[in-house]
Amino acid sequence: MNITGMQATALIAEDEPLLAANLKAELRALWPALNIVASVTHGEAAVQQALALRPQLLFLDIRMPGMTGLEAAQAIAEDWPDDGTPLPALVFVTAYDEYALQAFEQAAVDYVLKPVQPARLAQTCTRVQAVLAQRASGGGGAIDAAIDQLRQLLGSSGPTAPAAPTTPGAPLTVIQAAVGNAIHLVPVVDVLYFEAADKYVRVVTLEREYLVRISLRELLPQIDLQRFWQIHRGTVVRSDAIATALRDEAGKITLTLRGHADRLAVSRLYAQLFKPM
Amino acid sequence: MPPPLDNTAIRPHDFLKHGLMVVGFNSFIGLVLALNRSGPWQVQMIYSQAIGLSIWALMDFGRLVVKINPQTGWPEGWRRFALQGGAIFLGYLAGSTIGDALNDRPLLDMWRMAPRAMLSYLLMCIAVSAAISFFFYARGKDQMRLRQLAAAQRDAAENQLKLLESQLEPHMLFNTLANLRVLIALDPPRAQTMLDQLIAFLRATLSASRATLHPLSAEFARVGDYLELMKVRMGDRLQPAFDLPPELAAQPVPPLLLQPLVENAIKHGLEPHVDGGRLLVSARRDGDALVLTVRDTGAGLSETPADGTHFGLEHVRQRLATLYGEAASLTLAGAADADGGTLATVRLPWSPTA
Repeated sequence: MNITGMQATALIAEDEPLLAANLKAELRALWPALNIVASVTHGEAAVQQALALRPQLLFLDIRMPGMTGLEAAQAIAEDWPDDGTPLPALVFVTAYDEYALQAFEQAAVDYVLKPVQPARLAQTCTRVQAVLAQRASGGGGAIDAAIDQLRQLLGSSGPTAPAAPTTPGAPLTVIQAAVGNAIHLVPVVDVLYFEAADKYVRVVTLEREYLVRISLRELLPQIDLQRFWQIHRGTVVRSDAIATALRDEAGKITLTLRGHADRLAVSRLYAQLFKPM
Repeated sequence: MPPPLDNTAIRPHDFLKHGLMVVGFNSFIGLVLALNRSGPWQVQMIYSQAIGLSIWALMDFGRLVVKINPQTGWPEGWRRFALQGGAIFLGYLAGSTIGDALNDRPLLDMWRMAPRAMLSYLLMCIAVSAAISFFFYARGKDQMRLRQLAAAQRDAAENQLKLLESQLEPHMLFNTLANLRVLIALDPPRAQTMLDQLIAFLRATLSASRATLHPLSAEFARVGDYLELMKVRMGDRLQPAFDLPPELAAQPVPPLLLQPLVENAIKHGLEPHVDGGRLLVSARRDGDALVLTVRDTGAGLSETPADGTHFGLEHVRQRLATLYGEAASLTLAGAADADGGTLATVRLPWSPTA
């Protein structure tokens, strides 16, 4: 295959300006036909720009302000529209992340180590071109393969929650929620679902809901994940509170709850949780 | 029921060792007695072994049922005297009875025949047994000191390694090298400056554990090197500022004391913050105290994850405690003004000689 000739679009997310400029320059030399449609400096911008510009390839730095590269990849995969455009191929860029590297190897996602070595980057380009060429000819199954890769990445506990404490301890049994001047103690078994709301978590029970000042990322390691299922990057639901899982024509799954009117959307990353026995 | 005794410090092979040593002591005593007194030497030897081993058995196995200091394997205070005194007295009685039986004499014959001689035996026995049991006690204590020393050395080495790992954080090192690699092609003079700063930072990091104190101006210079390195990486997202009044420049401080605080301010304050922010390192005198502060306008304390910060802060606290005891302190708090972020404050005793 002609390494320099293939047309493709890419987005670079890297918070360090010199390194972003360098990656761009190296890519231009190795793959002149690659069109870098945007270069962003943090995770939220990566999600926004990727969804707006729909590039075929993403270079994501792992450690970025706000949202990590992995979190950005998850958000992009969950919010990617269902119009047949395949998910971008993912290449992670990192200076040093022992755990992440193992996860990348397992999930067969490509990665580049900083400082970037041109020879290694050339290999990555060849690999990405092979993936893109296969998609162009084979079509179907490409998005499933990408989702599978991401699922494997997120399933390995290391990189998904780099900031979370590593000692799990006993799962939380009571949520302490401030309501005015009072602290309400909410038994975790009464919680229908948790929903991320910026830096807070909405805790919804049959009777009412509470706002707790903790991020979902910090809360997740303290929850018994046998009992509670994550169905979206921002939603964790108690499994025995789920009444039905409805699949629409587009394949999107929505959950209804027992005794509660709320409906919860299941992201495509977690869709495999719901299948008949 | 009393709480279970933790007598695991006493190892079974210690009993065997002690027993054999006691047999040795007994043989010596028996020999000395046999040389000094009339009668067949076996008789003295039998008494000596019977009494010595009885005392040893009572004392050594007695340690299994009393509360001992797990470090030394011996009880402390009145318990030790009770155990030793009781073992010697009862051991003497039991031992001489056994000796009487083995030597085919009427039991406790000597008490009746020659109470004075018996008393002198008893006193001699007490003196010798006390000396021997003190020898075992001292030996136990000595072994404890050796064990403690070995553990302390292990801890120190482990801490040293952890410190080095935290200071030469691989993520920081490789990112810095990546930037350097780019600069070499783009801007060689700037690359050279950056390399010099990296060299100064590495040198200071590696020698920080050796020198006990250096002037505050040197501390600010090292922190400055580090922040310049970070500035190449973070660009405008990092705005460092320094405030060191000239009259404080010569104050002695532990080298790289501020480094973990500055690193935390960047790692947990500014790096996760999309817009970055300011980082102010300052020094002032407050009466008898030298006050050093590291302040950032970043994410603030509530989002600070507990794990990464812990070692750095703990290390600063440990160093302060070792060098100044109660006179120094480190506090971490949310910054009080509208800019938000975190304020770390170190208080050291003012050094008048500087």
